[in-house]
Amino acid sequence: MRYIPYLLVGVLFGFVLIKSEAASWYRIQEMFHFQSFHMFGIMFSAIVTAFVTTQIIKRLNSQKALDGQVIEIPEKPAGRTSYIAGGLVFGIGWGLIGLCPGPVFALAGTGSIGAIVVLAGALHGTWLYGALKQYLPH
Amino acid sequence: MMLFIGNRSFGISNNLRHLCAITQPPNVDVDFFRYNWKEHIWSLVFVIGTALGGYLAGVVFANPEPVAISQATQDMLLAWGFTQPGAFLVPDELFHTSVRNFTFLFAAGVLVGFGTRYAGGCTSGHAITGLSTLQLPSLFAVLGIFAGGMFSSWFLVPWMLN
Repeated sequence: MRYIPYLLVGVLFGFVLIKSEAASWYRIQEMFHFQSFHMFGIMFSAIVTAFVTTQIIKRLNSQKALDGQVIEIPEKPAGRTSYIAGGLVFGIGWGLIGLCPGPVFALAGTGSIGAIVVLAGALHGTWLYGALKQYLPH
Repeated sequence: MMLFIGNRSFGISNNLRHLCAITQPPNVDVDFFRYNWKEHIWSLVFVIGTALGGYLAGVVFANPEPVAISQATQDMLLAWGFTQPGAFLVPDELFHTSVRNFTFLFAAGVLVGFGTRYAGGCTSGHAITGLSTLQLPSLFAVLGIFAGGMFSSWFLVPWMLN
């Protein structure tokens, strides 16, 4: 029962990803060629909304989440190499298939076998990183 | 919203790690996947919801209109050899069932899985959660992501289709 809110927000997220066409390969190519404001508008409004809501949370008297925990915003570990290098690798994949980890689940939900193949690849890539982690610069 | 519901920091690609942790056979035992994934069930529930939302938006309430990409994009895609740019969300030329397509999709998926874990997040964890909480590492990640994406979109994709 306590997972229901996550399920509902997940449904909303998947619904929006499809309806906003963020899960469209065409929209991603269009974005990387700066041919439309569409995707930039989606990302920009998501970032602004998240910024405003986290600022509101910080200023509330009671910073309790629904389940009673105090809300903390975790800091990303400091660093540069892994963020840029990992970002590049991910970006190359994203530019090829036009799907990042959120949309791939949404598209799989529409019954796309291709999205499930991407997901299978992504799981292998994740595993590969886990296995090679100690040999990579971070 | 995720912070508010249960003090959860939002990011999708971590689920790929959890799925690896769940399925890791005991004789393989990579450190990176040795943790209690059961604490992250909320996150897996979220992506099950995402798929369900995709089903609702893409099948139950499907939009019959084509993707309204700009004229410039349509011209570019026609020049790349696509016959019906934007007819559905993804091009049939790359996603229909064939050994060639599935090899390509799987390989690019490997890059996505590897890169997101190396960078510690993807579009949701870095661009949305990270940038909105003003974290410098996320800015590095977003710059890397965008540079990589432009490289693919400007050079690799046209070369591959050629």
